[in-house]
Amino acid sequence: MSTLKTLNGNQSIAEAVRQVDPDVMAAYPITPSTAIVETIAQFKADGLISGVFVCPESEHSAMSVCIGASAAGGRVMTATASQGLALMWEMLYIAAGLRLPIVAAIANRSLSAPINIHGDHSDTMGARDSGWIQIYSENCQEAYDNFIQAFRIAEDQRVLTPVLVGLDGFIISHSMEVVRVEDDEKVKEFVGEYRPLFSLLDTSRKITVGSLDFTDYYFEHKRQQLEGIENSVEVIKEVGEEFGKTFGREYGFFEKYRMEDAEICIVVMSSAAGTCKDAIDELREKGVRIGLLKPRVFRPFPNQLIAESLKDMKAVAVLDRCTSPGAFGAPLFSEIRSALYDYEKRPKIVNYVYGLGGRDIQVEHFKYVSSKLEEIAETGKVEELCGYLNLRE
Amino acid sequence: MNKVNKETWKELTIGTINLNPGNSVENLTGTWRSGKKPLFKAENCIQCFFCWLYCPHFAILVQDGEVKGINYDYCTGCGICSVECPSKEKSIIMVTEEIGLPERRKR
Repeated sequence: MSTLKTLNGNQSIAEAVRQVDPDVMAAYPITPSTAIVETIAQFKADGLISGVFVCPESEHSAMSVCIGASAAGGRVMTATASQGLALMWEMLYIAAGLRLPIVAAIANRSLSAPINIHGDHSDTMGARDSGWIQIYSENCQEAYDNFIQAFRIAEDQRVLTPVLVGLDGFIISHSMEVVRVEDDEKVKEFVGEYRPLFSLLDTSRKITVGSLDFTDYYFEHKRQQLEGIENSVEVIKEVGEEFGKTFGREYGFFEKYRMEDAEICIVVMSSAAGTCKDAIDELREKGVRIGLLKPRVFRPFPNQLIAESLKDMKAVAVLDRCTSPGAFGAPLFSEIRSALYDYEKRPKIVNYVYGLGGRDIQVEHFKYVSSKLEEIAETGKVEELCGYLNLRE
Repeated sequence: MNKVNKETWKELTIGTINLNPGNSVENLTGTWRSGKKPLFKAENCIQCFFCWLYCPHFAILVQDGEVKGINYDYCTGCGICSVECPSKEKSIIMVTEEIGLPERRKR
């Protein structure tokens, strides 16, 4: 029987870890993901999990332990945030390049300087080209559900690519919600047993992992690596559907909210999508034909599916919780704008950066965006292509 | 473009995994030598094994428990063996060598 528990985001991830019980868990505590590591350590001390829990001396070492354990054939997880993810940087690329299906929970947090412990997407967005699959969660339930699915996606032999699951620092990681925790056995059954394709510990078939590639092989290996994340498109869909059949909560690449007859649309990921839904409900009562598109999977980016959903809008605002200094708009914006390029009929599209360093975003800010979109839809003119929300100008 | 008889990206083993471990023995690091090579002088050698210990390429030849010379297939000519050699008269000295890379690669 599934049970309803009051958990915060970090505890939700830890619950999923307890149920999946990976072979190796290696993590170094960092705000706001510390409680994930703490809770897992407590589970281990209480004898609730059988896997090995490793406390390394840094996040760089934590990811190195994960890489070694995964190459040895284990099911492996870690958790981190912000500077911790930044310190893992070179190892992130190695995990992806070696096709090791490591699963990581990231309590999304801003990057220094200036130092700040609160939530934004700078950390994982910075890692968007590291080769990891990226899934973002709106609330504690999604964090729990996404983390369970992440093992299935990563370990699928068509994919064999690491997956990170983002949950907004503090806003989700530290906020209590009622979460439906599924039955231990059902979760174990859903995730299944991990059978590695290769294992360093298999002495009957000796292999070398991580050997040197020169100009004659590197390019081929990097091209081959892309297949894993491209194949994951199919697998993410399958796993999301099966999760729906098994537990009653189906997942796709994004969620559409009140989009049926919408003329204008806000695109926003993670926790802010919850606030946006409230704003849309209020606006709809006043007759504004507005909808929300909440991307769940950022890597691989579902460009065609998103473009098909947005092409008939009059105006779209894409909200990013990070910047991409010197780039033409922030990451989500430039992906979506590019995805719409091939459509002859396409909406006007603007970008808003919001919530850096945990700056609040409230219903009124979404209403402001809506008013701007209504203006654009009416006049066909864009005054401000890239703007900021709740910033002292 | 030159045609090369190597695997395409579709043919390679996943994740850069090498199914033929230990194949670095095929990589003749001796081709890296550029102008100097060590010369072993058995008459001065005190069999301390310092050269064998310090050599970064395992290029010191040992037979029946004794240092017998240099394996030039793998010696990169770095000179560490000669520097570390503690015998009164050096047992390994660095001498000039013609580069001859193509010949060495043929081996």
